[in-house]
Amino acid sequence: MIPVPDRTARPTRISFDHVSVEFATANGPLKVVDDVSYDVRDGEFVSIIGPSGCGKTTMMNIVAGFVQPSGGTVLLDGKPIAGPGPDRGVIFQEYGVFPWLTVKENIAFGLKLRANHVAATEREEICARYMRLMGLADFADAWPRTLSGGMRQRLAIARAYAVRPAFLLMDEPFGALDAQTRSAMQDLLLEVLQTEGKTVMLITHSVEEAVYLTSRIIVMTARPTRIREIIDVPFGYPRDERLHESPEFGALRSHIRELVMREYAVQARQFIPSST
Amino acid sequence: MRRVALILAPWLGIVAVWYAVHYTAIVNPALVPTPHAVAAQLLTLAGQRLPLDIWMSTQRVFLGVFFGIVLAVPVGFVLGWYRNLRGFIDPLINFFRALPPIALIPLVIVYFGIDELSKVVILFYASFFAGVIVMYEGIAQISPIYLRVARTLGASDAEIFVKVIVPLTVPHTLTALRVALGVAWATLVASELIAAQQGLGSLIQNAASFFQLDIIYVGIICIGFIALAMDIALRKLTRRLIAWQERIA
Repeated sequence: MIPVPDRTARPTRISFDHVSVEFATANGPLKVVDDVSYDVRDGEFVSIIGPSGCGKTTMMNIVAGFVQPSGGTVLLDGKPIAGPGPDRGVIFQEYGVFPWLTVKENIAFGLKLRANHVAATEREEICARYMRLMGLADFADAWPRTLSGGMRQRLAIARAYAVRPAFLLMDEPFGALDAQTRSAMQDLLLEVLQTEGKTVMLITHSVEEAVYLTSRIIVMTARPTRIREIIDVPFGYPRDERLHESPEFGALRSHIRELVMREYAVQARQFIPSST
Repeated sequence: MRRVALILAPWLGIVAVWYAVHYTAIVNPALVPTPHAVAAQLLTLAGQRLPLDIWMSTQRVFLGVFFGIVLAVPVGFVLGWYRNLRGFIDPLINFFRALPPIALIPLVIVYFGIDELSKVVILFYASFFAGVIVMYEGIAQISPIYLRVARTLGASDAEIFVKVIVPLTVPHTLTALRVALGVAWATLVASELIAAQQGLGSLIQNAASFFQLDIIYVGIICIGFIALAMDIALRKLTRRLIAWQERIA
């Protein structure tokens, strides 16, 4: 197994410093994120795991630039986040593939924007490259409605990659896929990251996925979400399917699953007040 | 061949029922002209006033729908987009939409006279309110995910409008246009109640004064078929413009 490089040798890219988020609701303010601090180093693949609805997505939305923290600071390369931008590619759970554009036009969309304008010949090359990489080369002129769920997800990833973001933010990207497709997509993602390293934040509720893909796992509590535990995954890259069978993998998975299940139990009590 | 037969079958069925009603005398045969008598009348009129009637009516419908949709698209868009506005504007639109154009004719005559303008105003009114509802319901359903994706890719507000919102608006505009065309043809006769010398509506009204039932049937059939032809043409256009859509309107 390839040894894990020392993470502290790398510069900090994203830092959360005592971050909290409150949303105004009809029943008054709702605290979603409570005093969260951690940092993501250059080239790290960090996953954020916790019960569904706990506030994981909110943390990603802060980095994406869609949500402002109510307290604390989030810095991106040492600077506050002003809004969404092409330096941070976002992969949404519902893909968000543009249905009125063909596969190729979807990938070219970002490249044609003023913010990252790319000459036509280079645009062709980039589109061709990511279509090949994502197995979409035969579908360049297809409408998204004719694609399977896995292919749409690959298209969303290709589109995000095309503008060369330094960061990749993924919100339960494989949640809607069947088990086989999901597993194939995970391997494809590892492969692509191997060739084009990025700093990645993955929001997931799958323990298996977090352990298999990422180098660091941040386990979150039920809402308002806090950090329960930060776990460094002791496996280097490249990884392959056999990792799933190793005893170390199993032990880590059990440990995290236990932590997460405990939080699900807390959340279940929150949601059904009559049982308390 | 099979397709043609399937398309023709219901029409032949209607003609058959029509003959049956005439010859079985369920209704007094004097009140039901036969299909061939109507067809003969259609041919006669085709050599006389019918082409001008069709031209005038089509022109009025076109103008009414054109101005109605030109206004309905931006208004519907704004109402669909700024949801807060809807609470105030929605009752207003439903109030005016509910008014039958026939009831407005006296006022339209007072304010717009009895020329072409007043007829187009009635059709404009009907088209606008039909179109604006379709438009804002459609716009309100646009998923915010596409805007978010575009933003994360680096799109500016102007780019989002041109490259995301406009393409998403096209299908709703075409649906609004179809609905408005249908409503405008349905309102045509009412609009031509206003001192019209030509037009299919005036043809029907003149015939009614002289109890010329066959001419009334000719007028009705013309309106129906022209509206049908326009709808088919618009559907073809829709299919071409929004080939990407799952459901074709």
